[in-house]
Amino acid sequence: MVTKSADRCVLDIKGLTVAYQQEGEWLEAVREVSLSIHSGETYGLVGESGSGKTTLILAVMNYLGDRGSIRSGEIQLGDIDLLSLNDTQLRQVWGSKIALVPQNPQSALNPSLQVGDQLIEILRYQLNLSKKEAENQAIEWLERVHLADPIRVAESYPHQISGGMQQRAMIAMALCTAPDLLILDEPTTNLDVTTQAVILDLIRELIQDQDTGVLYVTHNLGVIAQICDRVAVMYDSDLVEDAATHDLFSQPLHPYTQGLIDSIPHLGDTKDSIQLRAISGQIPPIGEAPSGCVFRTRCPIAIEICNSRPPLYLAGDARYSRCHLWEEIDRHEISTHQPTLVGTPVPIPTQEEQPLTLEVNDLSIHFSIRRSVAEVIRRQPARAVRAVNQVDLDISPGSTVGLVGESGSGKTTIARGIMGLEAKSNGSIELLQIPLPDKLSQRDLETLRLLQIVFQNPQEALNPYLPIGETLRRPLIRLLGLSKTEADARVGELLAAVRLPPSYAGRLPGQLSGGEIQRVALARAIASNPELLVLDEPISSLDVSVQAAILNLVGELQSDHQNSLLFISHDLAIVGYLADQIAVIYLGSLMEVTGPGDLFHPPHHPYTEALLSSIPQVDPASREPPIYLEGDIPTPAELPSGCPFHTRCPRFLGEICTTTTPPWQVDQSTGKRIFCHIPPNDLAAVQKRIITRGSSDA
Amino acid sequence: MTRFILRRLGFLTLTVLLTSLLVFLVTQWLPGDVCRIILGREAGQGAIETCRLELGLDQPLPIQYLNWLGDFLTGDWGISFSTNLPIYPIVMDRMGNSLMLALVALLISVPLGVALGIIAGLNENKPIDSTINVGSLSVVGLPEFVTGLVLIQVFSFGLRDLGLPYFPANSSIPPDANFLEALPMLILPALTAMLVLLAYIARLTRSGVIEELKQPYVRTADLKGLPRRTVIVKHVLRNALLPTITIIAISTGWLISGLVVIENVFNYPGLGRLMIFAIDRRDLPLLQAVTMVTVLGFALANLGADLLYGLLNPRIRLE
Ligand code: SF4
Ligand code: SF4
Repeated sequence: MVTKSADRCVLDIKGLTVAYQQEGEWLEAVREVSLSIHSGETYGLVGESGSGKTTLILAVMNYLGDRGSIRSGEIQLGDIDLLSLNDTQLRQVWGSKIALVPQNPQSALNPSLQVGDQLIEILRYQLNLSKKEAENQAIEWLERVHLADPIRVAESYPHQISGGMQQRAMIAMALCTAPDLLILDEPTTNLDVTTQAVILDLIRELIQDQDTGVLYVTHNLGVIAQICDRVAVMYDSDLVEDAATHDLFSQPLHPYTQGLIDSIPHLGDTKDSIQLRAISGQIPPIGEAPSGCVFRTRCPIAIEICNSRPPLYLAGDARYSRCHLWEEIDRHEISTHQPTLVGTPVPIPTQEEQPLTLEVNDLSIHFSIRRSVAEVIRRQPARAVRAVNQVDLDISPGSTVGLVGESGSGKTTIARGIMGLEAKSNGSIELLQIPLPDKLSQRDLETLRLLQIVFQNPQEALNPYLPIGETLRRPLIRLLGLSKTEADARVGELLAAVRLPPSYAGRLPGQLSGGEIQRVALARAIASNPELLVLDEPISSLDVSVQAAILNLVGELQSDHQNSLLFISHDLAIVGYLADQIAVIYLGSLMEVTGPGDLFHPPHHPYTEALLSSIPQVDPASREPPIYLEGDIPTPAELPSGCPFHTRCPRFLGEICTTTTPPWQVDQSTGKRIFCHIPPNDLAAVQKRIITRGSSDA
Repeated sequence: MTRFILRRLGFLTLTVLLTSLLVFLVTQWLPGDVCRIILGREAGQGAIETCRLELGLDQPLPIQYLNWLGDFLTGDWGISFSTNLPIYPIVMDRMGNSLMLALVALLISVPLGVALGIIAGLNENKPIDSTINVGSLSVVGLPEFVTGLVLIQVFSFGLRDLGLPYFPANSSIPPDANFLEALPMLILPALTAMLVLLAYIARLTRSGVIEELKQPYVRTADLKGLPRRTVIVKHVLRNALLPTITIIAISTGWLISGLVVIENVFNYPGLGRLMIFAIDRRDLPLLQAVTMVTVLGFALANLGADLLYGLLNPRIRLE
């Protein structure tokens, strides 16, 4: 990393302990954390939910509210002792010396004020500008964050602009006073990957010309690798490791960091090339951290000495580890890899005579929009939201098909169509060669048995008042026709299959963690031994360290039961890892259908190419500039003519793309199918190969 | 927004038309012949027939309804059975009184209620919040006639006994009094109505403020370094007062025609008492007119609330 000229410390935290009061008890949410950030430095802070990272940043701003309290430690902001300031003094620091870009711009902006006014307000107040000057500067700032039409954005209310635009406005607001310290709290987590890439680049560009020190909080290791100079890792209120980005990724000196790196697929990983490892166990609930080392219960190398709390060891040049065994790890004397390999289902070789599990032909799902009175009078034709358009998708027995797309791509609508929750407008869906009726109510029990789904938010899919055992027993009795006693016995087996103790049968969903609930949802879905299991973003609401365990489980269950999977996700790395065949969807149309290894080899559909380049790679060495997509995804109510991608396509050919629906072209060498006017060979000639960890070995 | 307004206006018209139909039908179904009621038992069959012809009662029902509606819209509300006076001026006079009362009650309760609500909301669970809470709860719980009588006891008889200037206990305003002359007599009934409303407004404002203070945009505003006052006034209140404003607009309907009890306690000549009078005397035309005016009042108040909400909320205004 290039060290920047003015090297002064903008934030210095020493021995910070923060506690929250809960039912009269003080629970530590941040324990003895020390770190310092220099001007021009971008400092990553990684942690899962409950790790204390949010509390830490609130404490850094001294904005804890009534229930939290700083028990000990110091926070020095430049030469200001932040903890000694009263409210009035703090307000002189907030906004001018320290600024925050929050996770969710939609709720962080005042819904009743125009975006421009919210920016002008801080300019006037902090920089003492006149109204006119502030207005001019606001527009200038909106330009600097690359908003194409700054005046229109300034006059808009937050709900009138997209999430990406809102986040740009928030960034302008945070940076316009040239703060010493900028805190970014998961600023791209709610954005699509292509938008994330643009925002990340913007952040990088803006902080480059300022002397700002940046604290970048995220759970995404890829983002850290791409943007940060240093990284601190938090686990269960403790800072467990602190190192330069490159050092941390090349040789983590704490078993938790290693676990994190091992548990997610990197872009380009496939189940044939690399095995993921799940971190065993769960994050302990707040207040129930084990004594001694907090990671002790999940650590693969824990020994006697770990019962005593490790200090933050100085582990080499400017790096720290809170592990007793860091030296042994550093000398490669012990391996910190978790023992549990993520099981990889082996697809059954498809025999010709075996019928396809699912065959979707020419599927379209349109929703009609109610016309206004004026439109009826003017005899305008009824419009429709064309959510899914002419999709073909085959799933052969025992195989996994991945469906990848960003929000608004129609991927969930397809799943709902298959499940009978959405009526199709055209085309056919056949399960084991039998056409599926549109409506759930028209489907017989056997169909319901064969077709099961796991939703993204299992909390919403499970009845909160029904004990887990009852939730699992219902499909057994109704779909498999088991007797009550038989079903009860099966419930135990199902719980065991998803690694939950039998005692969980008596619990309510509210008493379980997110990962556990998702296990229950899986158990319920496999209870009837379905032929096809649809998984709609099954892990994206989960913490990184439990994601791998769920993937693992999915794979194992599939090997045991030989069922087919339709895995729906926005995450190309995970789908690329897991699926035997991948379909990329944009605005309701498939763009590309490919095998897993070939996903990362040219030719790519121009959209896939942009998607691939947008994903921040978990490797600090590959900081390739992404291909940016202009503008926002159009609404499916006003589908672009010709190629649906033409309004944003970086390889746009000209008139033909706007007038003519592209053909499906088959690439001879890989067999992948691409929905584009450009011949596959021409695409391959100009596209770069994605650098993956597999490719250096090859 | 235009669509929004048009839709609301459509709803309003529909509501009023439906009620008018109901009001008309109900009076049709009431037992007894209208002409018999007007002319009394002794009237001869001939007189009754003439009367029926005059009133158009020989016509088919839909025509009768349309005639009645047309008359109503043109201000021809007929003659009151019991007083033999034209109804329109009576109702208008009473409505004027009701409006005055409503206005005074609103002028006191809105600023006070909103202020109390804001103070309570900003100091959630602190002593001052609890005080306001308990105070408003106990007032809300009391029936209007109790608060009314207590107010009379204190501000009328009490002050008088102390030899101080006092408010009249009887608020029967003479028909030709102007606003200033009527004002002293308005105070006590207005206070009674205002107390009920005050507590309501305060509690609603309080919960609005508490709700909005939790929103992430408040943190954004705080962390801009704006003074707390600016954060509250410019950011929080703008959103927190939306529901309050709606409720205030809606309660105007109640203030104009729903104060039957209060009007009775103070002998105040408003619409509420007129309605009781009409019911008492089985004065159907009068009852019809008062009901229609009341319904119209409520509908307009609701429309006002909707429009105000739409106007203040960009998410609706810019739809
Ligand atoms: S201190 Fe012990 S338990 Fe903790 S991470 Fe190191 S080896 Fe594992
Ligand atoms: S058809 Fe044209 S617009 Fe569509 S992806 Fe290909 S080049 Fe781009």
